[in-house]
Amino acid sequence: MKIVVIGNGMVGYKFCEKLRAKLPFEEAELIVFGEEPRVAYDRVHLTDYFTHASPNELEMQPRSWYNEQHIILYTGDPVVQIDRENKVVHSYKGREESYDYLVLATGSSAFVPPLPGIEKEGVFVYRTIEDLELIKDYAPKATQAAVMGGGLLGLEAAKALLDLGVQNTHVIEYASRLMPRQIDHNGHLVLQSKLAALGLEIHTNKAAIEITGAQAITGIQFADESTMELDLLIISAGIKPRDELAKLAGLETGSRGGIIVNDHMQTTDPHIFAIGECALHKGMIYGLVAPGYEMAEVAASTIIDEPIQFNGFDMSTKLKLIGVDVASFGDPFPPSTEFRAIVFEDSLQGIYKRINVSNDGKYLLGGILIGDAADYNMLLQTTKNKIQLPLNPQDILIGPRGEGAQNAGVQNLPNDAIVCSCESVTKGDIVAAVKNGHETFNAVKKCTKAGSCCGGCTPMVKDIIQYTMIAEGKYIRNVVCEHFQYSRQELFDLIKIKNLHAYDEVLDTYGHGDGCEICKPVISSIIASLWNDMILQKGNETAQDSNDRFLANIQKGGTYSVVPRIPGGEITPQKLAVIAAVAEKYNLYTKITGGQRIDMFGAHVNDLPNIWQELIAAGFESGHAYGKALRTVKSCVGSTWCRFGLHDSVSFAIRVEERYRGLRAPHKMKSAVSGCIRECAEAQSKDFGIIATDKGWNLYVCGNGGSKPQHAKLLAADLDSDTCIRYIDRFLMFYIKTADPLTRTATWLNKLDGGIEYLRNVVVNDSLGVAAELEASMQHLVDHYKCEWREVVENPALRKRFSHFVNAPAEKDPTVNFEQMRDQKRAVEWK
Amino acid sequence: MSSEFSWFLACRVQDVPANGGVCVKYANTQIALFHFTRTGQWFATQNLCPHKHQMALSRGMIGSHAGEPKVACPFHKKTFSLKDGRCISDETECHIQTYPVRIEGDDIFIGFTAQPAFIQTSTH
Ligand code: SRM
Ligand SMILES: Cc1cc2nc3c(=O)[nH]c(=O)nc-3n(C[C@H](O)[C@H](O)[C@H](O)COP(=O)(O)OP(=O)(O)OC[C@H]3O[C@@H](n4cnc5c(N)ncnc54)[C@H](O)[C@@H]3O)c2cc1C
Ligand code: SF4
Ligand code: FES
Repeated sequence: MKIVVIGNGMVGYKFCEKLRAKLPFEEAELIVFGEEPRVAYDRVHLTDYFTHASPNELEMQPRSWYNEQHIILYTGDPVVQIDRENKVVHSYKGREESYDYLVLATGSSAFVPPLPGIEKEGVFVYRTIEDLELIKDYAPKATQAAVMGGGLLGLEAAKALLDLGVQNTHVIEYASRLMPRQIDHNGHLVLQSKLAALGLEIHTNKAAIEITGAQAITGIQFADESTMELDLLIISAGIKPRDELAKLAGLETGSRGGIIVNDHMQTTDPHIFAIGECALHKGMIYGLVAPGYEMAEVAASTIIDEPIQFNGFDMSTKLKLIGVDVASFGDPFPPSTEFRAIVFEDSLQGIYKRINVSNDGKYLLGGILIGDAADYNMLLQTTKNKIQLPLNPQDILIGPRGEGAQNAGVQNLPNDAIVCSCESVTKGDIVAAVKNGHETFNAVKKCTKAGSCCGGCTPMVKDIIQYTMIAEGKYIRNVVCEHFQYSRQELFDLIKIKNLHAYDEVLDTYGHGDGCEICKPVISSIIASLWNDMILQKGNETAQDSNDRFLANIQKGGTYSVVPRIPGGEITPQKLAVIAAVAEKYNLYTKITGGQRIDMFGAHVNDLPNIWQELIAAGFESGHAYGKALRTVKSCVGSTWCRFGLHDSVSFAIRVEERYRGLRAPHKMKSAVSGCIRECAEAQSKDFGIIATDKGWNLYVCGNGGSKPQHAKLLAADLDSDTCIRYIDRFLMFYIKTADPLTRTATWLNKLDGGIEYLRNVVVNDSLGVAAELEASMQHLVDHYKCEWREVVENPALRKRFSHFVNAPAEKDPTVNFEQMRDQKRAVEWK
Repeated sequence: MSSEFSWFLACRVQDVPANGGVCVKYANTQIALFHFTRTGQWFATQNLCPHKHQMALSRGMIGSHAGEPKVACPFHKKTFSLKDGRCISDETECHIQTYPVRIEGDDIFIGFTAQPAFIQTSTH
């Protein structure tokens, strides 16, 4: 049998993969014509081209794959004619190939409205790698850019323009709202304000009538007589199925484009199939990749005589990349008589959720999520699998959150629920893979292909793996790395019981090999959290993360930063003068940090001990800015000056910072104390934060700034100062004992079974009976605190390690270079 | 010892921290020297990390990956084989130059095939 495929896009490629899995090369010749110069690539992740330098990373498979699979691939050679009578295709470069079956996977092109001036320089479409190359080259010249079309793709393109550094980016939409096919008007309003915050200006109800400019675009003229100045325009106004070849061959096409196919993806010529974005099935063009993959499966099965049917496809989508969650699933707009909508809106946080529930309240029909689409997978599955809703359907919108809750959801899914719709992988497939020993996400992905396309199902796949392993009675071993078959928590207990104080002892007793950059810092941190010995002694120096080893953060160019502790952010003029003098003497860049202290940058490694010697002499100590340790305890000025202050927040912040200074933990920890609920110290964004009330202190825990901000949760209210400290002791030690490596308190709490209620029980109600032990462990650490920089300064053997050249200790690294900027120095840019 | 190398006296055993590295000045280039105390092995490589051209490898953590000795750059934790200089964590990253090491009593020598002036420290 001989099969010819026209088009080497995502769906054409998928067809080859599926066909080869069913028919080995001995039984079927497979020939592919592609018009683009490259082998098929992942168009869904096209925008990544702007961040990944090489297009190779987007390839579905390298060219060698086609050879291995015995597929003849002609790229850069479009088919120009189909001779149906003789069953032969003719290519642009003059090739001729006969076929038994022909598969059209010609995709679509961007629809460009026929406006006067649309051909001007600076007007682009967004479809191929070449399009993006052109945009990337042009963008640096542009200061005003717009995307025409506020759909899924248009918004993605607009965000890309922002990321390319275009200052003013607009989105122009003809309809009265963004993403008109996916979201409703209220959703649009929330989305619009979120996009505005990102820097995108949105214009709806705007019909362009002309593109103005001489050679290059300078603006747009609209039907409402307004104009907009522009020097770059991306058209994203929809897609146009590429049916020109099919038309020429006399195959039936739709009046608005698309090659008409039946349920087996056959065109009006049963030897010719059409799949992907060029196919018109029951009046519908599917502009998404998952239905295209399903069509590839249907066509391949029909060709091997095991016909299956294409029954339409769900158009649920989740917007990626844009920095705002937007998803629509199932039917976002069912006929008004058939459903009741439940809406949840939080305009403060920019969250809008709407679910459409069947009239009897039993089933979910579809919905819209904006601002928070964490539940997308679960809701989609609930819709698709007709899972019965709880008595109060609103519970699924505002019910319990967090990992535990998600897991429970996975349990209720039927085995045939499609979890990865791109690759049609069911829950049953994943469970079976796990039972066959594929126990990590990567192993499951390799074996089932789940999560290998758009990646949207990744969290759910991980949940299913975990749930299956637990159901199998398997203890989930979260081992540290190849050198230790133990979790961090197990190692913590073992090191404590065996009273080990050095990394090498731990490796000898419980590990094998030479260790690595993962287990060394983990174990060093455990040792420090248990005993609070000086970290550079007992042979532990080289087991420290490299910043800890030099007691400073390494910066661009190889110099270091110096951050003395300034407890609570309070500092005397005299001490400020010392910092100024030291910075001047050693030529350091100075900056006030976001943590209420002063950072001095650009210190040569040889200068570090001398700098610290001077700082220590003036009463400073290490600020541990380099360690996974307590960083700063910020304070607001509090009742000593502020007219609203309820208590003295500065004094309490200093007390807290001095108690926990130098405390090492699985990740860094931050804290703050505010004098009243106006919260000027931002305590609710900290690992532990304290806010004065008229009766005492409220203690909040597990907040986080960083890339995934999370508000801290109230652990206990109206505490007196000593109780507050006792609770913090317990909380911190419990975290230190049980958290995974590099897990901040917020992430730790999200994974903790039972969440904040459980934590409150342990810390406040002592439900595990460990409170006294936790407090004692903390007291031990507090009693053994020493400033580690003082120890280096006073110890010649330790000082000696702070040199750049072992054979020329007095010389500085000659490759270090600085530039001038605003009267200070800066590191030169790296290449 | 093989005569194709000229041997440069870098430092003494006790100058190098156990299971760690130091940077050796050799004419106007920089060499990273590592000591695996547990197994008694020594390795030398260029000190320049090819990723962002930082003189940093000697300050990295050393260890093994499936038995192969490696160093992790302090900047972005790319790891390099100390045997053949290959970047283990990222196939597309450049290799680093490795050099033979010889111990005589307490003295450590690094072997070079070219005159100092010809030594390449940058692979880009
Ligand atoms: C200096 C400073 C920026 C500034 O100029 O203001 C800074 C600088 C660095 N931050 Fe930060 N962060 C600084 C305040 C913050 C804050 C604000 C705050 O603390 O109030 C945050 C968000 C709050 C939070 O952590 O929850 C912050 C979130 C991060 C994160 C993300 C943490 C997360 O959980 O997502 C990292 C990365 C990490 O730790 O893994 C980071 C890492 C870094 C590192 C250490 C990156 C590195 O490895 O080289 C930077 C080098 C510091 C140095 O001295 O060489 N920095 N960093 C601030 C020092 C505060 C201080 O006095 O110690
Ligand atoms: C920026 C961007 C983001 C997207 N994001 C998503 C997303 O998040 N989720 C999602 O589901 N979908 C997304 N899509 C849509 C998805 O990429 C398409 O649905 C999918 O690529 C369609 O595959 P296809 O093979 O049918 O068409 P294509 O991938 O377009 O492939 C068709 C190929 O056929 C070639 N061809 C045409 N005519 C001929 C001829 N005569 N001879 C030889 N070759 C020919 C074309 O040059 C092209 O290479 C996105 C698309 C873009 C552009
Ligand atoms: S925000 Fe990023 S760039 Fe700025 S200091 Fe923190 S880590 Fe460095
Ligand atoms: S500079 Fe070495 S890993 Fe980036």
